[in-house]
Amino acid sequence: MAKQTVIPFGPQHPVLPEPVHLDLVLEDETVVQAIPSIGFVHRGLEKLVETKEYTELMYVTERICGICAFGHNWGYCLAAEGLMKIQIPERAEMLRTLWHELSRVHSHLLWLGLLADAFGFESLFQHCWRVRERVLDLFEATTGGRVIFSVCKVGGVHRDIEPEMLQKIAATVEGMKKETKELCDVFVNDYSVKNRLVGVGTVTKEQAADLCAVGPTSRGSGIPSDMRSFNPTYQKLGFEPVVEEAGDCYARTMVRIRELYQSMDLVIAACNNMPEGDIAVPVKAKPEGEFMARLEQPRGEAIYYLKGNGTKFLERMRIRTPTNINIPFLVKALEGCDLADVPVIVLSIDPCISCTER
Amino acid sequence: MYLDFNLKTIEPAELVDTARTLKAEGYRMVQICANKIPEGYELTYSFDKDLELYNYRVILPEDGEIESITDSYFAAFVYENEIKDLFGIKVNHIALDFQGNFFITNEPTPWKKGKSE
Repeated sequence: MAKQTVIPFGPQHPVLPEPVHLDLVLEDETVVQAIPSIGFVHRGLEKLVETKEYTELMYVTERICGICAFGHNWGYCLAAEGLMKIQIPERAEMLRTLWHELSRVHSHLLWLGLLADAFGFESLFQHCWRVRERVLDLFEATTGGRVIFSVCKVGGVHRDIEPEMLQKIAATVEGMKKETKELCDVFVNDYSVKNRLVGVGTVTKEQAADLCAVGPTSRGSGIPSDMRSFNPTYQKLGFEPVVEEAGDCYARTMVRIRELYQSMDLVIAACNNMPEGDIAVPVKAKPEGEFMARLEQPRGEAIYYLKGNGTKFLERMRIRTPTNINIPFLVKALEGCDLADVPVIVLSIDPCISCTER
Repeated sequence: MYLDFNLKTIEPAELVDTARTLKAEGYRMVQICANKIPEGYELTYSFDKDLELYNYRVILPEDGEIESITDSYFAAFVYENEIKDLFGIKVNHIALDFQGNFFITNEPTPWKKGKSE
């Protein structure tokens, strides 16, 4: 057996915007084992149920993460509505879908930029983030916020979108498709990009299932699991999960690229099929019992569990984020890789430590 | 899009066999959630098959212990270490045991019964 060396990777590393640590056990240049550590910035937000009313917690949940802020807000509201058996209006459901898919577009563009940065393609990184700005502008125009919107509430949404604005969103997103294609063509076809991604960090379908992976990470290994599949609003818009079979970093990238176009189409379809009617229903009940809601965040399935006791304070709020469950997948993907490929493989699961350290 | 909360309560001694059976039948482990209750703690294990969610609950006394399910679901080490670090619940035989150092907290086991209640 070759001599083993342990190299610490993180918690501070140029490729990591947030702190996570890996002890990489190496034989020569090959990683034979990766031991993860998280918890450097654990915030204990779940404990705030003891001091915040359930109506205030939606503002806490959207601050879990700056990228999937809207999704966390929606997931929390979904669980609270399930707990109190509230049916929200169809227009509110469609508006939530629209904002959520725009969030996915900006999240995937952000990730593509970070990936380009990880393999040293700085100009591609900047261009991805330039296109992403267009989505943030749409958020600002429709909600007043670019990162935190506070637009979702238990019972519906706070803000409506006028028909003229819906047309403008559809036109903007249609325009973004051309710019996105120019960027994505580089990821899909460029020799040096493929050289860094194809056959790197491969995890088979059976291994991904065994490790309970979720989101684009699992769909890149051929598992067609997407929580949007059983959402009636998404079904109306003709949603089908995007799946790739190869299980390597390139497949995970292709899933996100195809999802980018899919989310853009969903946004346009939502703009064109916006139902008439109210955007919220009054909520007078106090949460009692327990409920678990599931939502497909840009990084995968997130779980929102609430337990109420009939007062305005919840007994327990539990949020399981996608990165949390994708850490075992990452450990597997790193086994047998070259040390030089570690940053790209870590990024290929699109880790969000803010979400993990909720 | 509201799903029923399917829940079945099982004995702590049944947990490992239940997890083994579910794994063999192709269920995906979704999450493990700990919660304080007057009798001690309740642990909710969630599994998914064909987008249906099934929850199994185990009630533990305050000083109770539970066996790890990492021999069936390796990914459970994330939650079992979290439960250990935050609630102080003893989870035996975790495949990747961080010995209470998975989360770095100001005080050890901040959600253990009797603390900040």
